[in-house]
Formats: sequence, structure tokens, C-alpha cells
Amino acid sequence: MDNIAGSKPALTWAVHIAAVLLVALWVFPTLGLLISSFRTGDQIASSGWWRSLSTQEAQMPAIRLKGDEIQKDGVFLIEGNLFESSGAKVSRWGFNSKDPEAYAAGETGALPSGEAITVSEAGAFSLSSTQSMADLRMPRLFVTAAIPPEFTLNNYDTVLFKPAPGQSVGKAFLNTLTVSIPATIIPILIAAFAAYALAWMEFPGRALLVAAVVGLLVVPLQLALIPLLQFHNSIGIGKGYLGVWLAHTGFGLPLAIYLLRNYMAGLPRDIIENAKVDGATDFQIFTKIILPLSFPALASFAIFQFLWTWNDLLVAMVFLGTTDKEMVLTGTLLNLMGSRGGDWEILSASAFISIAVPLIVFFAMQKYLVRGLLAGSVK
Amino acid sequence: MHPAIQAVLTIVIGVGGCIGYFYFSNIILDKVLYPARGPDAGRNINRANMIRPWLFLLPAMVALGLYLAYPVVATAWLSLHDKSGETFVGFANYSAMMAEAKFWESMRSNALWLLFVPAASTAFGLLAAQLTDRIWWGNIAKSLIFMPMAISFVGAAVIWKLIYDVRPEGAEQIGLLNAIYLALGGDAPQQWLQIPFWNNFFLMAVLIWIQTGFAMVILSAALRGVPEDTIEAAILDGANPFQIFFKIKVPQIMGTIVVVWTTITIVVLKVFDIVRAMTNGQWESQVLANYMFDKLFTASDWGMGSAAAMVIMLLVTPILIWNVRSARQEMR
Repeated sequence: MDNIAGSKPALTWAVHIAAVLLVALWVFPTLGLLISSFRTGDQIASSGWWRSLSTQEAQMPAIRLKGDEIQKDGVFLIEGNLFESSGAKVSRWGFNSKDPEAYAAGETGALPSGEAITVSEAGAFSLSSTQSMADLRMPRLFVTAAIPPEFTLNNYDTVLFKPAPGQSVGKAFLNTLTVSIPATIIPILIAAFAAYALAWMEFPGRALLVAAVVGLLVVPLQLALIPLLQFHNSIGIGKGYLGVWLAHTGFGLPLAIYLLRNYMAGLPRDIIENAKVDGATDFQIFTKIILPLSFPALASFAIFQFLWTWNDLLVAMVFLGTTDKEMVLTGTLLNLMGSRGGDWEILSASAFISIAVPLIVFFAMQKYLVRGLLAGSVK
Repeated sequence: MHPAIQAVLTIVIGVGGCIGYFYFSNIILDKVLYPARGPDAGRNINRANMIRPWLFLLPAMVALGLYLAYPVVATAWLSLHDKSGETFVGFANYSAMMAEAKFWESMRSNALWLLFVPAASTAFGLLAAQLTDRIWWGNIAKSLIFMPMAISFVGAAVIWKLIYDVRPEGAEQIGLLNAIYLALGGDAPQQWLQIPFWNNFFLMAVLIWIQTGFAMVILSAALRGVPEDTIEAAILDGANPFQIFFKIKVPQIMGTIVVVWTTITIVVLKVFDIVRAMTNGQWESQVLANYMFDKLFTASDWGMGSAAAMVIMLLVTPILIWNVRSARQEMR
């Protein structure tokens, strides 16, 4: 195939450019949210994330002046700086919302109540008056400034450690972990034994069972919600972690059995027959030979199941419940989208916390994921 | 009990229970029920070997039966009963559903989704597979395109909602789509998710974005499996790269394309989270799975909800039958 591309350099370039465009299209959405999660709410609301890396001139939200009054040479003075830290540069400023760019940096303006006010380029202001300003309602300033790129970890701090009531992402993170780990581990063993029986043991009805597993693979779990909720209530589990674990186990089994059976059926027949000749029982063959050899397939199912249970919304909503205490990450995100849809700093940081773990698992174990996909679908 | 302790206990009990069950049931079978000694040793071994597969299968069969097979029957039964699931009402739920505009809206949206999502994902997947197979940084590119697969539907909804964000006219747009739209000469920022009919496509983009990686991975493996000599023969005959791709490679991987297409179709039929998070079915973007959820848990109407679930099941059934048939052919 290389020779085709190699013979036509123009085509090679076209391929590179097309691939870059495609990758950009696929990465930019996530990148946008990631960058936004490190910006303050004001920054997110005032400019697109793609401009966050360059210094930009923007009108900032109104700032109310504050500071202590001092008396110097018979003049009352209030001095301070508009900005807390950043190296922003003021270009224009004003105190009237109808004319927010009335003065240039360094100019002095007079408030309607008679006080004089100056704002320097670095953001230092001084308010002076011939009489005490103790009773004066402090004016608001509108500032147009060039703001250098600035990133913050505050959003993550807020979301994880100082959440608003009912939006505890930290708690939801633990809940999600509690749901997904047992729900990943438990089906593996059950499925492995069944897969071995379906792959290597002879018994009547085997083909029918394999067909049944393939059929159950596509049954929409929407059908299972009400009957299983009724069933859980009738045996006294009700809503709770046990119910979620059982449900995820049941829903994950068809894929687990299918993947593992395909993989085990492909193991070399000689190994198993030699072991049988040497007097090994099926149980020994399974635990000593098949299970270790099937590690790649077990790993790929475990990744699938973990991603699926971590990312699931429906099963958790139905079988665990929707109160604050029981909420998983996806449910919390859904609530945040509803109640604080405009607060992108909260939403983006929360979303990133929820997708961080699957992304780490994904990049660390991609090899197994791809292998599992191929075993499950190409057949 | 703290949930974390409960989780650890469950893992221990679950895994320990499984190991214990398999281990002890085997011992009982071999040592107690049919011991391989005495006058009937040979017959006993045969008997034990006949029973053993069922021991291995039992836990899985119970779980599958209870959590997947039984619900199908129970849902069918519930769909013929009233709100609370007690009185038999025949097909009243189905006819009530047919009379609802929202149901037909869901069917229309689902039809659009079924048409466009598998087609677009497969097409993009094929394109990505073909492009990345030819360049030295192909594996990195593949990783990045495949990445959305790990992101939850709700997480993806947040990501895309930022892209579709809209600010009042005159203010600086923070949503990428509106920024591009205005830069290209659009007159006013658009509420993308609130434009009836077209908003379906903006929701679909999210699922296409997620599923393309899956299609790419599978199709890329299939493309590599295309025999080299067929391509060389085509080159000798003077075929250009496009002809090679569409006339030589694609026909040879048609089987895989169908598999990818049907797999994505099943995902589409069950799509719920994306719509729930982004529009919740408003502005004519309702889909079946969310319609069903609303009926079940917002309106607490188990009859209608189950009827809607049965419609989803009905739509999946052809794929189910096709899958089972091809699996059986393979077994022979």
C-alpha cells in the first residue's frame, strides 16, 4: 500500500492534511472543555476558550471599589488596586455603564458627587475628595483591559472540596467507584466458567445456549427496568448498591460469555487434550491452563465492563436512586446541567473529574480494548 | 454500613462465593455423588462428566434468565396491563401510545437517528481507518479518534453543549459553533438545540463523535486483512487510489461494514443519556428510550412505559434474529 502513496507525493500530503483535520475535529471538543475547566467563570463567560492562550483586550465585569480612607494634606484619599494579582493592563475605564470607556489609563475623572478618581495602567486607583467619604456609596468601575493568559485550579477545588448542597462531586466519585468495581469483578468469574463449558465441554444443547447468549447480547436493558425493580422489591433488596451490582452483573454477562467463549475456543486443542491424557480434571484444566491463557480476553472484558459501569446513567438512576447521597457522577453531571447550566466553570471541572478515570484506563489499556472489540465484532 | 466497606465485602463474598461454589460443587460431584472408584467407576465418571457442564453454567444461566430473559416476558405482560400493572387492558396501552403526538415524534427522531448515525459513523470510521493506516503517526491519530469511546454519554453531552452554547447577540460567543457561524457571515447567534427537526442532527453529532472510533478500529483491522495481491493486481491494471479503495477494498470488507453498522444501530436504538442531558426531548427531539423513561418514572405509567419498551424490543428483533442465525452458521 505504501507504494501507492509513495508514487504520488501530492496524495501523501493530502492524506496527512486530511488526517490532521480529522484528528483536530475529534480532539477539539474535549480540549475545549479541558481548557475551560482551568479558567475562571468570568473568563469563560467573556471569551471563547480558543482565545485563552493569547493576551486579549476585553471589557471586564464591573468592579466595585473598596479600601480604607486616609487623610493626607487635608485631602481624603482611598487607594488600592483593581486587580488582585494578574498583569492586566488597563486601556480605558469609566464609572458610568452608559459610557464604560470614558477615560484613558492615567486620566482623572470626576464623579457626579464631586470626588476625583484616577486609574493607572497597572490598575492602581485613587479616589480623592475634600471631605470624608465614609458615607459615600463606593462607585463601580468599568474597565477595558488587556488580560494575559491565566489559568486556575480553583474550579476543581470548589467542585471537590466546597460543593454547593446536593452537588458533591467528591461524594459522587466515591459512589461511582463503589458501583463500578464490584460490578466489574463479579461477572468475570461467573462468565469464565460458563464460557469454558460452552467452548470445550461436550453436552447436548450447547449450540442452542451459545445462540441464546448471542441473542441476549442485544436485548435492550430498557426492558429490564420495571420487572427487575419489582423483583428487587419483592426479595427485599429494594434500591441500593446490591441491586446495582446484581443488575450490572446480569447485563454484563452476555458480552462476557461471548467474548471469553470466542477467545477460549481459539486456544490450541493440543494443550487441553494433553492435559486430559495426563489425568487432569476439567476443573484443573480450567483453573491451571485456560484461565491464565485467557488473560488478554479477561482484561478486555474487564475494561469494557468498567467503562460501561462507570459511564452508565440509566441503571444507576433506576436501581440506586436519585437522591443526593446516592448520586453517581453521571447523575450529578445531569443535575448540574439542569440547575447550573450556565456555570461553565463548575460544569467543566465536574465533567472532567468524571471522565478522567475512564480516560486513564483507556489510554493505559488501549491494547486490550482494541483486542476485545475485534474478538467481539469481526466474527 | 459504609458503602465502601459494603463494596469490599461484596467483592469478597461474590468472588469467594463463586470460587467456593465451583470448587465444592465439583468435589461433591466427584467424591460424593459419583466417586470414580468401586464397581461402577467407569459409569460414574461418565455421569459426572455429563453433569459437570451444567454445574459450570448454572450461575450464568440463573443470572441471564433472571436479569435478561425473564424481563422480556415480564415487560410484555406489563405492557398489556394498566398503570399499576394489575388490571388486564389488552392492547389499550399500545393504542393510547399510537394516539400520542410525542410517540410519533420519537419514532420520527429515532428513524432519523437510525438512518444517519450508523451511516455517518461508519463512513467517518472508514475514512479514518484508511487515512491513519498510511501515515507514520497513524497510531497516535487512531488513539485520539478512538478516545471519545471512553467518555460517558453525559460527559460527551457536557462537552458538546459548550460547543453549541449561545450568548446574546452582540456579546462575544463562547460556543465554537456560533463563533464559526458568525465568523462565516451568519447574521445572529443561533440556539442550535432549540431549532425543531435540525436539533436532532446536533444531538446525533455527539453519538457519531463517540462511535466513529469504534468503527475505525474494526474497519482498520478488516482493511489490513484485505489480500495484498488483489491490490497489486489492481495497481498493475492502472487503477487509481480511489478506485482501489472503493472497488477493491470496500467490497472485500463489506461483511465487516455490515457488522459495524448493525452494532451501532443497536446503540442508537437505546440512546437515552445524550437526549436526556441535552434537550430532555424538548423542541421535538424526543427519542423512544427517553419517551419510555418519562412514561415509567415521570408519569409512573408502567403499562405505557412497558409498551414503549416493547417497541424498542421489536425494532431490535430483526438484528437479534440475524445475529443468532449467523452465530449458528459459524458453529457448524
